[in-house]
Amino acid sequence: MARAPHVIGVDGGSVDPGPYYLGAGVPFCSVMAIRRDLRLMLRAAIAARIPLMIGTSGGAGGAPHLELTARLVREIAAEEGLHFRLALIEAEPPRVELQRRLAAGRIRPLGKQPPLTAEALDRASRVVGMMGPEPFMEALDNGAQVILAGRASDPAPWAAAAIRAQLPPAPAWYAGKMLECGATPSIPKGHDCLLVTVREDGVECEPMNPIRRCTPLSIANHSLHENSSPIHHIEPGGMLDTSDCRFDALSDRAVRISGMRWTPASQYTVKLEGVEFAGHRCISICGTRDPLLIARLPLFLEEVRGIVREKAAAFGVAPESYALIIRTYGLDGVMGAREPVQQVAGHEVGFVIEVIAETPEIAAAVLGIARTNMLHTDFPGRLCREGNMAFPFSPSDIPVGPVYRFSIHHVLELDNPCEIFPITYEEI
Amino acid sequence: MPSIRELARICKSKNAGPFDLTIDIVFDDTALYQKVRASGVITEALFARLYGVSADDVLLTPYDAAMAIKATFPRLVPAGGIGDTDVYGCQQHAPLLDVEIPV
Repeated sequence: MARAPHVIGVDGGSVDPGPYYLGAGVPFCSVMAIRRDLRLMLRAAIAARIPLMIGTSGGAGGAPHLELTARLVREIAAEEGLHFRLALIEAEPPRVELQRRLAAGRIRPLGKQPPLTAEALDRASRVVGMMGPEPFMEALDNGAQVILAGRASDPAPWAAAAIRAQLPPAPAWYAGKMLECGATPSIPKGHDCLLVTVREDGVECEPMNPIRRCTPLSIANHSLHENSSPIHHIEPGGMLDTSDCRFDALSDRAVRISGMRWTPASQYTVKLEGVEFAGHRCISICGTRDPLLIARLPLFLEEVRGIVREKAAAFGVAPESYALIIRTYGLDGVMGAREPVQQVAGHEVGFVIEVIAETPEIAAAVLGIARTNMLHTDFPGRLCREGNMAFPFSPSDIPVGPVYRFSIHHVLELDNPCEIFPITYEEI
Repeated sequence: MPSIRELARICKSKNAGPFDLTIDIVFDDTALYQKVRASGVITEALFARLYGVSADDVLLTPYDAAMAIKATFPRLVPAGGIGDTDVYGCQQHAPLLDVEIPV
């Protein structure tokens, strides 16, 4: 804080941890960790009289995520005696509103997604819109000092601050790209703060932890992060073109990036993200140290699958009503069907046995059969007649809860960048 | 002949959204980066062969400013979907490490 930043920003989430957190409405990070980080930032921002802006609050940016983050901020403010104007920007539009826009032809698929249907929109467990910087700018214009937003484009909070300070959009968006993962553009990679200075013609990055350094390689590496193209970055309202960027070391720990360009889009769009329920999961973890079993693993697993099919059918569960997946660590647990190595090289093999079914009861019942038969199914030459598998836990069967899948990955055309992101204000 | 694990400074994979995987190979020497590019080994066809996708589905972009080559192609299963093995997509780079490049 001695470097007197003009804003503290956070990208609080991502689709990266998968569809569950958006679907279930729960945070990816623990409440203890979120509370700790919020307290540090609130104290610092209020003392320095600067804004604190958080995009994609609570990990996925849906209504429950925003409400959780707001509750923690109110509690911390009361404990610390902090006072400020709080803005909450919602990003989970009412479903009827999205249906109306779908019917008006304003929702288009992204990539190879099929066109969105009214049924898929209804079926979704939760749908969020990914806001750009404009709702943050509106909240700042209305005097908010702490801004908690639902789903937002990762760079949006910082782009908002820089654009509102009359800086051009290209370095403003680029600054956000560098800041969205904290100190990640530095080495050694770690999880703390990055200071970015935005200028008319470029940005300067420097990690605040003295053990880290930004180098042209560490910055170049981060510039490739999580984008399908390294040169064309589509954002709400335009495209950041980084084809002619230069990465120049300013010192042994700070880098200047210049040459980025911004091309405004003719139509303002925001991404819609939605997930739908896909069943309930139950898993069991075990491993084998038996070389005779490892030598005939594919046959053994096929036999177990056959027995599960037969026994589940015997209590009325048809094969098409569940998915049984036996993940084999030591063979292809990491790459699945893309694994080029087809032989186990190690002396032990780990398994995650997984069943997904419509109800938790069916998932647990089918998993129980699979677990028993992984443990006890005979095979030719078997010496380990008391059991094939080592189970590390009792209970061995773990209900994991609901499973979701990404079902909406589309863009919505907007006439006003703020129109589906209502803002409410509170005096804290 | 040297392989990518000996030549590159970074070779990594990651999600690019829930439906695509993106792989980056980054060098720290302009001459070496240019030689690797000129070798013609790192192509859409290479990723198609290693990852079982159609070459038409591979978006290959050299990025001179970062001395990097990026390839993006569809995931086998959308991130976190039933049967996915790697929610973050960050452990799918290994088949590239032993690709040999005549430089």
